[in-house]
Amino acid sequence: MTTMQELAGHFGPYGGRFVPEALIGALEELDAARIAAQTDPLFIEELAELHRTYTGRPSIITEATRFAEHAGGARIILKREDLNHTGSHKINNVLGQALLTKRMGKKRIIAETGAGQHGVASATAAALMGLDCVVYMGEEDTKRQALNVARMKLLGAEVIPVTSGSKTLKDAINEAMRDWVTNVATTHYLLGTVAGPHPFPSMVRDFHKIIGEEAREQVLELTGRLPDAVMACVGGGSNAIGIFHPFISDHDVRLIGLEAAGDGVETGRHAATITGGSPGVLHGNRTYVLQDENGQTIESHSISAGLDYPGVGPEHAYLHDIGRAEYRAITDAQAMEAFSILSKTEGIIPAIETAHALAGAMQVGKELGPTAIILINLSGRGDKDVQTAAQYFGIPL
Amino acid sequence: MSTPLESLFVKVRAENRAALIAYIPAGFPSQAGCKKIIKAFVDGGVDAIEIGFPYSDPVMDGPTIQAAADQALSQGTGAAEVFDALKCATELGVPAVVMTYWNPIEKYGVEKFAQAIADNGGSGVITPDLTIEESAEWKTAVEKIGINPIYVVAPSTTDSRLGQVTARCSGFVYVASLMGVTGTRAAVSSGAPDLVSRVRSVTDTPVAVGLGVSTREQAKGVAGYADGVIVGSAFINRIIEATDEAAGVQAVQELAKQLSLGVREGR
Repeated sequence: MTTMQELAGHFGPYGGRFVPEALIGALEELDAARIAAQTDPLFIEELAELHRTYTGRPSIITEATRFAEHAGGARIILKREDLNHTGSHKINNVLGQALLTKRMGKKRIIAETGAGQHGVASATAAALMGLDCVVYMGEEDTKRQALNVARMKLLGAEVIPVTSGSKTLKDAINEAMRDWVTNVATTHYLLGTVAGPHPFPSMVRDFHKIIGEEAREQVLELTGRLPDAVMACVGGGSNAIGIFHPFISDHDVRLIGLEAAGDGVETGRHAATITGGSPGVLHGNRTYVLQDENGQTIESHSISAGLDYPGVGPEHAYLHDIGRAEYRAITDAQAMEAFSILSKTEGIIPAIETAHALAGAMQVGKELGPTAIILINLSGRGDKDVQTAAQYFGIPL
Repeated sequence: MSTPLESLFVKVRAENRAALIAYIPAGFPSQAGCKKIIKAFVDGGVDAIEIGFPYSDPVMDGPTIQAAADQALSQGTGAAEVFDALKCATELGVPAVVMTYWNPIEKYGVEKFAQAIADNGGSGVITPDLTIEESAEWKTAVEKIGINPIYVVAPSTTDSRLGQVTARCSGFVYVASLMGVTGTRAAVSSGAPDLVSRVRSVTDTPVAVGLGVSTREQAKGVAGYADGVIVGSAFINRIIEATDEAAGVQAVQELAKQLSLGVREGR
């Protein structure tokens, strides 16, 4: 699927590099390292071995027959990334980048985190591989996700609360980039999604496409055919691109990303970047951005900290523009309804991020009817969201 | 035809000294206050002025300029205020440029932005996050309108890339003295002279050094090897630390006087 355009770090008009010149050397070094690693049998085997013995891959698929009753009777198949070590798909990318960090001879990683899932995964990989780890996290998020802050500290990472700007994920990324500009000789920025300057969008996708590769085989084996739709939630879009990518050339398979509509896209309080944003530049790449008439980033809103981001990966922007993938927006209320239904029908508490994909599947299942097969990336488990969900549903703690 | 900025560097080379370039974000501490600061720069002997376009996600800036940008943004500063401040500077007879992250240019319209710079007497634009690989549309616009595109180079920039980046620059080349973000430092990086000499080996365009300069002594030191000395955070700190706006304006003018002596003492 790699086109010449992508080799230059672009997906149509999107992607590229909009960064201080100080970072160009490090981005070139990283690009060279990841390209060399992709064809190095030692690297490939080391990562595969880690996935077998540490991540718990391949992750299974689960057919959700009771949940399917709420989705028009379509066959609903869940790709269980929630069963990975650390509880989400994030570990796929983190282990790959941590191995690259060692190959580049660097001893320190920095990472940004919103909900804390990528921060926890980064701290985990750093502990496993003996790297120093600093995680930048918006001060607001450190309060909302105190449990994950403690988890990162237990794993030996330093967590730095970010007090600039909106004090959330967007500003955590800014602060991580400032650290990187200053310490680039010794430090790798372990970016957690398919955004940022080239090569991050391509590299992070490549570490996650194992999700779609496994799922494609598993669905074929279970049902004898390809699914009608593949669905995933989209914040930055790493879990979605991971499951979408191996299906891109299967033109009969619809790829549907679910963005966070927060209180509703029409209210302005949302994080649905493709649905409600416009092309611009944020965090080193051109993509869809929530922005005002002066090009200033507008703060996003979502009940899900992991989707609460005013940008989106550039490959999603491109897949949207060329019509290969569809993007819909799911409100907080719709996501929480799906969260509750999956918990009570299947005994699986999903991450609130993932609940957006489930809510989308309930819509699409009704549209397509009982003959349809829908594959959903169950990108993370909901343990981290118990407090938020309990509060939402009025369960006393 | 030369821009006022290009003419300035011809003049200071003839005077065998460096130019003092001062930075202030539009709308800081207020739009009216910004204009008073610009006047204080000129009265204090500043040779050229950079008007910052306050941006929500300034990854090249340290806490001082971030705080100033946040304050300006909270007061509704946008493109209109940036061009208004630019005009204020150029009407006082000093060369002036705008420093902005890329997205505000793209949102405003690339050629339209370049035209607005020229219409307000501006000489050029410093773009700290625009890489040469992404600059095709900008290159066309600035060449058509006749303003200076100014790029930033860093100590990590390789010699071959320095050649490519500086080939796109006119007016001056902005040399980041160290690997890091804007802000005052106890000492200017010892790597700066080396980077300036590497830049000079690939271009005849004047070279100005920024990041970490705040005192007359530091300005003097940098003026020994560079054509321009850029000061930003030190001025903003004076404004933040002042008891009121008038005291801030006074402190800025006093610092400008000291620095303008410094840039004449380097050689």
